[in-house]
Amino acid sequence: MLLGNPSPAQSILLPVRAATILASLALALLLNFLPWNNVALVPDFVALVLAFWCVRQPRLVGLGAAWLMGLLIDVGNGVLLGQHALAYSLLAFAAIALSRRILWFPLWSQALHVAALLLFAQGVAALVRLAAGAEFPGWSIVVGPLIGAVLWPVVSLLLLLPQRLPVNVDETRAI
Amino acid sequence: MEHTPPPFFNRGPAPLVRLAFFASLSLALLVLDARFRYTEGLRSVIAVAVYPLQTLATAPAALAERFSGYFVSQSQLREENTELRAKLLASSQGAQRYAAAQAETGQLRRLIGAAERLPLNATPAEILYNGRDPYARKVVIDKGSQNGVSAGSPVVDENGVVGQVTRAHALSSEVTLLTDKEQAIPVQVVRNGLRAIAFGAGSSGMLELRFMAANAEIQNGDKLVTSGIDGTYPPGLPVATVARIERDAAYAFARIVCQPAAGVESGSYVLVLGAEAKRSAYPEEAGPEPGKRLGKIRKPRRKDADAAR
Repeated sequence: MLLGNPSPAQSILLPVRAATILASLALALLLNFLPWNNVALVPDFVALVLAFWCVRQPRLVGLGAAWLMGLLIDVGNGVLLGQHALAYSLLAFAAIALSRRILWFPLWSQALHVAALLLFAQGVAALVRLAAGAEFPGWSIVVGPLIGAVLWPVVSLLLLLPQRLPVNVDETRAI
Repeated sequence: MEHTPPPFFNRGPAPLVRLAFFASLSLALLVLDARFRYTEGLRSVIAVAVYPLQTLATAPAALAERFSGYFVSQSQLREENTELRAKLLASSQGAQRYAAAQAETGQLRRLIGAAERLPLNATPAEILYNGRDPYARKVVIDKGSQNGVSAGSPVVDENGVVGQVTRAHALSSEVTLLTDKEQAIPVQVVRNGLRAIAFGAGSSGMLELRFMAANAEIQNGDKLVTSGIDGTYPPGLPVATVARIERDAAYAFARIVCQPAAGVESGSYVLVLGAEAKRSAYPEEAGPEPGKRLGKIRKPRRKDADAAR
C-alpha cells in the first residue's frame, strides 16, 4: 500500500524529532565506516540519508549539516579534506532545490531523482580526485549510487517510521 | 517605525549564498590539503571525533572472526600447528645463518670504513580493513603512533615489501600499498645491481619500472630488492619479480612490468619497520663569505626535506 499509493493526504506525519535525524546520520556514518570488502559496490549511506532529510526537512538539514558530514567522511576515509564536503554541499543544494518536486512523485519515481542526485555527488567527488591527480578507478563507481537509489524506498519508509507511530488515542474522547 | 518582516519569515541567507560559502570553504580546504598539506592538525582533531564510530564499525567483523576462531576443529588446529612448527624450524635455521652473515658483513664494513647498519625494530600489526577510497590503494592497520609507528615507515610481510605508512593516527595508521599510482620505491636488480625506481601501476596490481633505457640490462624473472639509497627502506628487502618487458624502438624507454613479491593486496598480518637509525647527515650548505650577505642564508625548504625523506 505504501509503495503503490503513497498519497501524502492519507497519513499526517508527526513532526520530526532532532534525535531521529541525528541518530539516522550517525547510523549512516557507521554503515559507511563498516569494513566493506568491495568499496565500489557499496552505496554512500551518508549521502542517501542526507538527501532524504534535505528533501523532507530542508529547514532543519541543509548545507551546513551536509558540509560537516562530508568533513567527517573525509577524515574517516583518509581522503583529501574537502572532497566529500564539497560533494555533499552540492548534493544538499540540489536536493533542497528539488525537494518540492521529488515529494510529488511515488517512491519509485523519487528513486529515479535520487539516482541522479547521488550520481551527481559521486561525479563531483570523482572530478575533485581526478583534478588532484588520481587515476580513474573505472566505471564501477557509478554502481554504488545506483544501488543507493534502489535503497531509497526502503530508507524513506524506515526513516519515516518514527513519524508514523500512532499517538495515544484517547478512547474516552467525545469525537 | 520599522518595516522588517516578522522573525518567523526569516530563513537566513539564500540557498545560493550558502552554497557559494560552503563550496568555497571546501575548495579552500582542498587546495590547502592537496597543495600545501596544512590541514593535518584539523584532520587529527576531527579524527578523534570519528574514532569511536570507526571502532564501533570494525567491532562486528572482529567479533565474528573471534567467534569463527572459537569453532575451529582440533584437527585443523593441530595441522596448522605442525605446519607452523616446520616453518619455524626452516626459518630459524635461516635466521642463524643470517646472524653469522650479519656479523661478518659488519666486520667487513668496518674494514672498509663504511657506516655500519643498525638492526631495525619491527612492530607486528594486523590489517583492519581496506581503505574506503576507490581512487587510492590503501589499507588501515591496527597500530598507530602510540605503538611507535610513524609516517614514512616501511611495511613488509613475510615475502617482501607491502608499502609505506603514509599517515599515522593515534591507534591506527594508513598504509599506502606499493601498487598505488603515487607510490614509488627505489629498487636494485639482484643479478647485476642495476638501480631503478618502481612505481605502482594502479588497478592492475603490478609495479612498473619507469625511465629505464630500452637497452637496459634486465630480463624476465629478475628479482628486485630495495636499494636502500633513499634512507627510508632498508636495503635488501624483496620487492618484485620482473614479469614482462616490452622494448619498442619507437620509445626511448622500455616498458617493464613487475609482479610484487609480497601479498600486497592479500594477507592480513604485516610488520612495520622502524626507520633505520643511522642516516648520514645532510652536508652543510656552503656558507657565504664572512661579513657578506649574511642575511641571505636560505632556510631548508619543507619540500626539500620531504623529498629527501
